[in-house]
This record gives sequence, structure tokens and C-alpha cells, in this order.
Amino acid sequence: MTHRSVGQRVRLDPIACTGHGLCADLVPELVTLDEWGYPRLQHGRTSGPVDADTLPLVREAVTACPTLALRMEPAPLE
Amino acid sequence: MTLARPTHRVEPEAATDPFGVPIRPDVRLLASWYVDRRPDDLAAHLRRHGPLPHLAPEELIARVDAAGLRGRGGAGFPTAAKIRAVVRGRGRRGRRRPVVVANGCEGEPASHKDAALLHCAPHLVLDGIALAARATGAGTAYLCVHAGSPAAQALREQAAARRDVVSVRVEEVPARYVASEASALVQYLSGGPALPTSAPHRASERGVGGAPTLVDNVETLAHLALLARHGADWFRVLGTSALPGTLLVTTGGALRRPGVVEVPAGTPVRAVLDLAGGPVEPVQAVLCGGYGGTWASLDVLDVPLAPGPLEAVGATLGVPSLLALPVRACGLTQTAHLLRYLAGESAGQCGPCTFGLPALAEDVTALACSGPEAPAAHARLLRRLELVAGRGACAHPDGAVRLLRSALRVFDRDLRRHLAGRPCPAAAEAPVLPLPRPGRPILPSSRVSR
Ligand SMILES: Cc1cc2nc3c(=O)[nH]c(=O)nc-3n(C[C@H](O)[C@H](O)[C@H](O)COP(=O)(O)O)c2cc1C
Ligand code: SF4
Ligand code: SF4
Repeated sequence: MTHRSVGQRVRLDPIACTGHGLCADLVPELVTLDEWGYPRLQHGRTSGPVDADTLPLVREAVTACPTLALRMEPAPLE
Repeated sequence: MTLARPTHRVEPEAATDPFGVPIRPDVRLLASWYVDRRPDDLAAHLRRHGPLPHLAPEELIARVDAAGLRGRGGAGFPTAAKIRAVVRGRGRRGRRRPVVVANGCEGEPASHKDAALLHCAPHLVLDGIALAARATGAGTAYLCVHAGSPAAQALREQAAARRDVVSVRVEEVPARYVASEASALVQYLSGGPALPTSAPHRASERGVGGAPTLVDNVETLAHLALLARHGADWFRVLGTSALPGTLLVTTGGALRRPGVVEVPAGTPVRAVLDLAGGPVEPVQAVLCGGYGGTWASLDVLDVPLAPGPLEAVGATLGVPSLLALPVRACGLTQTAHLLRYLAGESAGQCGPCTFGLPALAEDVTALACSGPEAPAAHARLLRRLELVAGRGACAHPDGAVRLLRSALRVFDRDLRRHLAGRPCPAAAEAPVLPLPRPGRPILPSSRVSR
């Protein structure tokens, strides 16, 4: 799988997230907002794989999030 | 501890209890109740079960592993793996001595099994805590119950009567549904609010006060106390290969003698309900696994009470409880009551749970009310069900979604009638299942046909 190549995943902390929606503005390819204004990652979960293609986008969103609710972290080993 | 003669088993030939009811040889945790009809104090406990064996930590963990003990707090995770994770967490540099947390809060309103266990056999739980502390090398142990629980004082007295290496502090935790989720307990015992956290690390790595922490349900610990004494083979004599041992099951709803029963895992649902006296009136469905569990049609009666077989019919074991819904009740209305309760128990920390659960509750209430807006509410509900699960810091919203999905399936015929503006006569009825705060009728009776 591609995400192994970067060894990272993105994690959304649903408690820290205040629903600013900045992340969805910046990287609509990765994040969509639900009807209450809270972000959904591609897979509708609180964490998802990052591959080489999405890595720059994810970095951008992680930097932009005002509450540090989006993080990159090492993908767990299978 | 000094000991009396070990008489550890409930002998099959100990024919009847003081009431003349035959004693079931498959009762383990609740033997004091079935045999003597009273709780065991320390002396009675030692007479019945004998002393704790002296096992080295590795021996004990190997025994738990061989027994195949799984957590009884709802998720069914293998207990040996959890203990090993804490032992590993201890090994990391700079970590503090592990902590054991016995979870006896029983936040699930449908369940009374932990309360029954703590009442009848407190020393099995305290034995389990002592063993878990020995296995993990813990220096601190907490036994958590809900604030205001009548058990708290009795447990303090029973704990004080013992001379375990690790003393047990009985902690009273706010009586809310999510306060007894593992990370909420850890945060509370560390001096914070009793709310779930989203820390990426596990309690086994960094739990109470930063120490590696084992959080186990009190029933899990009580099983540990018996299997440490009698061994893995003994433990596996009852139950299924995937879920060995007995289960404490809360029975309720339209049953003759609702209450807590102990049965081997894999006992058919019907046999469990029979132990509770069977139905008092015609029954249409069974709520399995509590308010974050699933409705099941009567097909479930012949299904063994174990995770695999239940999942095969779309039901869940969860925190084992079987609540019989009478035919006279409206499944959709009752689900609406439960959803409103669950929405009110959201910790209000995560957007999809804080806003999603009330929205789901509103939609299912509209379905129950069967007004002109019901079809739109149904469409909204189907869309929103996809939006909520898996997006909270804890599994609370997932339980609500699971319950709702099962309701739409099991009460499908009622649903179609409600969508067509023809609700069942009981659509305005108050909750038939117990809720911590009294629910209000959810629609004016004048709206109901008939
Ligand atoms: C909302 C919520 C409430 C919970 N309440 C309880 C509870 O009251 N008692 C309990 O033992 N486990 C409860 N749990 C499960 C615990 O998080 C944890 O998994 C359990 O205590 C672990 O014990 P076990 O491995 O012995 O099952 C709850 C989980 C959730 C998501
Ligand atoms: S930018 Fe951060 S706080 Fe805002 S919606 Fe995205 S994750 Fe949540
Ligand atoms: S999912 Fe709900 S109950 Fe769980 S922590 Fe988030 S807001 Fe609280």
C-alpha cells in the first residue's frame, strides 16, 4: 500500500477540533465538512493513511489548524 | 491472609438452596447468593473459595492466557494481552509503578450485573484486584463505583478487612454514562474531569498520573480470582471456545423475574430468559447488550449468548443484558426514548457526537410521532447515521448508531406504517425500559390513531 512509503498517518483529535473548517478550506481534497461544520477525513474516521501524493496537502492542513487538532503521526506497524 | 479449609467448588450434589430451588452447578461468581442467599464476607468467602494461590506473575498471566479470559466490560478484549501491555509499559524508562483500576461503575442503565456481583461477592473482585496488582507489579489500586452507590461504604469496609499488599481505594465517580469509559476514569483518577480523552497513547502506556494502568471490569477481575485458584482447564469447562467461562447477564423488561443471572457463555437466549421466569406478556423483540446495543427479533431466542452467533443475526453481546420488549410497546418510540437519553449523556466534547446524537434523536422522534414530516426525517436519519459513527473520541456515538440501525431493521413493519402516517397505538407511550432520568412522553396522545 502506498501509505507505507511515507510511514505516516493523519489523525484528527475530535475533542480538540472546534470546527473552524479551515482545514477543509485549504485541502478540500482531504477534508470535507459535515452538516455541523466538523471535518471528515477521506475515510470518515478520525485517522487515515497519508501517501506521497497527499503528504504536502496534509502538511498544509496540519500547520493551518488553529487548535492543533490535526496531527501527523507514525503509521502503526501492521 | 489466614485461611479456612478450601471448599472451592459449588458441588453439583449440594442439591437445593434454602428455598428448595435446585442449585445449578454452573454458577461460579454468584455462588454465595445461589447457595446461601446472602453476600459473602471475608470469612465466608475464604470458606467457600479457599485462599488465593501464590503464583509468580508470569505463571498467573500464562494461566489467564490459557483460560482465554475476555473482558466483561463490553468490548471483550483478551485480558492476558491487556496485562502484558501494562507489564511492557512498566518496562519503559522513567515510567511509574503501574496502577490497577477496577471498573464497577456500570454506566449502562440496562445493566445491574456489576452491582449484583459487588454486593454478593465483593471479595472475588478484591481478590482479582490483588492478583492483577501482583501480575502487573502495581503499587496502587482503585475500585470505582458510581457516586452515591449504596455499595461504596460496604466495599470500603470489606476492603479494610483484608491484608493485601496493595490497598484498594474505593472511588466514587460521577454517575454519568461516559464517565466510566476507560480514558474518562483515568483522567478522573488523575485529578481531572470524568470525561473521555483523545490522547493517542493507551492507558497501558500512560494512564493514571502517567503510570501504566490496567482498567478492568469488576466481573473480569472476579473471574480472574477463580481461574487463578482452579486453573485454565477448569475455567474452560463452561462457556464456548471463543468465550470461555460464565457470564453475568441482566434480564429485564416484560419478564416474570427480571434480575441478574449467571450462565455459561453460549447458553441459548431463550434458556436465559427462562431463568428469569420467561415472559409475563407477549414479547416482540429483545434488546441485547444495553442501550448502546441492538434490538433483535424473536429469531434471537434460539441463538447462543456469545459474540459470534449474536453478530451473525445482527445482534451484539456488549455488556450482556437481555431486555424483553412487550408487543404492546412501540419499538420506534422506545428507541426514540433511548436515543434521547444517549444524546443527553454525550460528554459534549466532540462535534459529531455533541450535534449528531441530538440530531439523530430528533429524527427518530419524528419517525415515532408519525407526522407529515416523518418521511423527510427518515431520509435525514439515513444520511446522518453515516456521519456519526467512528468520529468521536470514545465509542459512545457508535453505540447510539448501532441501536438506531437495529431499530430500523427490526421494527421495519412499524417503520413503514409510521412513514405512512399510521402510528401504532403505543406511539405516545412513556419509556418501558428503565432510564436514569424519567423520560417524557414524546408526543401528545391525541396524535395517535385508534
Ligand atoms: C461510553 C462508555 C461507557 C463505558 N462504561 C463502562 C462501565 O461502566 N464499566 C465497564 O466495566 N466498562 C465500561 N466501558 C468500557 C471501558 O472503556 C473498558 O473497556 C472496560 O472497563 C475494560 O474492562 P474489561 O477489559 O475487563 O472489559 C465503557 C465504554 C464506553 C465507550
Ligand atoms: S482546522 Fe482544525 S479545528 Fe478547524 S475544523 Fe479543521 S481540524 Fe477542526
Ligand atoms: S464521542 Fe461523545 S461521549 Fe465520547 S468523548 Fe466525544 S463527545 Fe464525549
